[in-house]
Amino acid sequence: MNEHETLGARLAQQGISRRAFLKFCAAMTTMMALPPGAATAIAETLLKAKRPSVIWLSFQECTGCTESLTRSHSPTLESLIFDMISLDYHHTLQAASGFGAEKSREDAMKDFFGNYLLLVDGSIPLNEGGVYSTIAGRTNLDLLQEAAKGAAAIVAVGSCASFGGLPMANPNPTGAVAVSDIVKDKPIINISGCPPIPAVITGVLAHYLTFGELPALDELGRPQAFYGETIHDRCYRRPFYDQGKFAKTFDDEGARNGWCLYELGCKGPTTHNACATTKWNGGAGFPIEAGHGCLGCSEPNFWDAGSFYTPLAAPTANIAAVAGAAALIGAGAAVALSAADRAKKKKKQQAHEKLSVKDLGN
Amino acid sequence: MNLPNNNLNSIPIRIEDVAEYSIGNLRALLAEIAAHLEKLARDGATASIDLHSLPFASGEYEQLRLLLGQGEVAASIEAIGPSEINETRYPGVWWVTHYNVEGDIVADSIEITLIPEILKSQPEDISTGLELLRAQLNGEVQS
Repeated sequence: MNEHETLGARLAQQGISRRAFLKFCAAMTTMMALPPGAATAIAETLLKAKRPSVIWLSFQECTGCTESLTRSHSPTLESLIFDMISLDYHHTLQAASGFGAEKSREDAMKDFFGNYLLLVDGSIPLNEGGVYSTIAGRTNLDLLQEAAKGAAAIVAVGSCASFGGLPMANPNPTGAVAVSDIVKDKPIINISGCPPIPAVITGVLAHYLTFGELPALDELGRPQAFYGETIHDRCYRRPFYDQGKFAKTFDDEGARNGWCLYELGCKGPTTHNACATTKWNGGAGFPIEAGHGCLGCSEPNFWDAGSFYTPLAAPTANIAAVAGAAALIGAGAAVALSAADRAKKKKKQQAHEKLSVKDLGN
Repeated sequence: MNLPNNNLNSIPIRIEDVAEYSIGNLRALLAEIAAHLEKLARDGATASIDLHSLPFASGEYEQLRLLLGQGEVAASIEAIGPSEINETRYPGVWWVTHYNVEGDIVADSIEITLIPEILKSQPEDISTGLELLRAQLNGEVQS
């Protein structure tokens, strides 16, 4: 591995033209969710970008995050990015095993001390001295603390590493915690989701590679470019919400017409993620497009927040009456309805409170 | 494993009539394009809309293709996968789609400009090309 080789040099070696590189930048810009005009601007920066060492540690996880990531980079433009980071340790993907594998991690930590990027998926169990999850005889806590020391930054991939995830679900038998509960002195970026969208993982890596720093984050440590808006705000079914058209069951006429799934428990209004626009499976679709509400998997404690099929909060007024009025007096009432719901949504959102049947009556 | 129909593009999509189908997302986008086009006509300001970041209902993307239509220019580029650059029936409004080598869309945008940047020859490529041409003239490279 040549750490000093720039991306520009590597591209030149591969005989890639400047026009092809501009195309690559256009794809990167889309990936990073930057304004399209940024493509030419980032091109020069990117040409000089170094190839950072990356260490990936997997703790209490289901490997879904890695599965997700691998779906994003069969030999494609995105894989170019992977040629451009040096993935020095990932115990699921690497060929080496046993002592050889652990040695490559130790070598990378020593050789690139202070400069490597540490990616973590899975939560860290603390009960019983952390014995619930160990690798090569060492606890996750021990491995994380050691690797964090020399990391330039840490990326928590998935809801488990970001917020504790499913292992932390009530009653949390292993005492699972998030990366940010343990590491306090390093920049941490949370790429939440169960799993996160592959393009969001690569997008954040691309941002780091391009600008040498982590992107702007929201109050939960997630990149604003991808988590800045709710699923609801970017949902193609949003016009139906504004018109007060809701599916009441999964097989009624509203469901068949593709109306809003709010009343069927869709968590889109309180969930921040890029599913509605970035989509999944090569852009094939996302859950709402398949007719199921959002589960809210990129928000903390989504599994303990009541049923997936309970509405977030019942609409504040009699929905049929308001919707009827909206039809009569146009957008005004629809806006009023949205505003009333927005206030309620915001309250729930801030509290991340558990929702109950009682909410329906409010 | 080779399954029949394993390519999403091979699944035919039936496009319904605009009036029948569009639920409002397209109208907003067309209004935005019109606003940018006005600026281009007035003071030459270019703009770009990343389609990847916009919500579309199933079929709305195809509707957009129909609405913008095909203009006089259809260009293609072969660089780490194909790219299609089409002027729509509205001069100055271009649809630029980049694919990777596997045929997946990696960037998709509407550009409001006189000519998309990607179509222009790049100075670095011109220099490389010139060296090759000179070498050929000097008989260093067999044609």
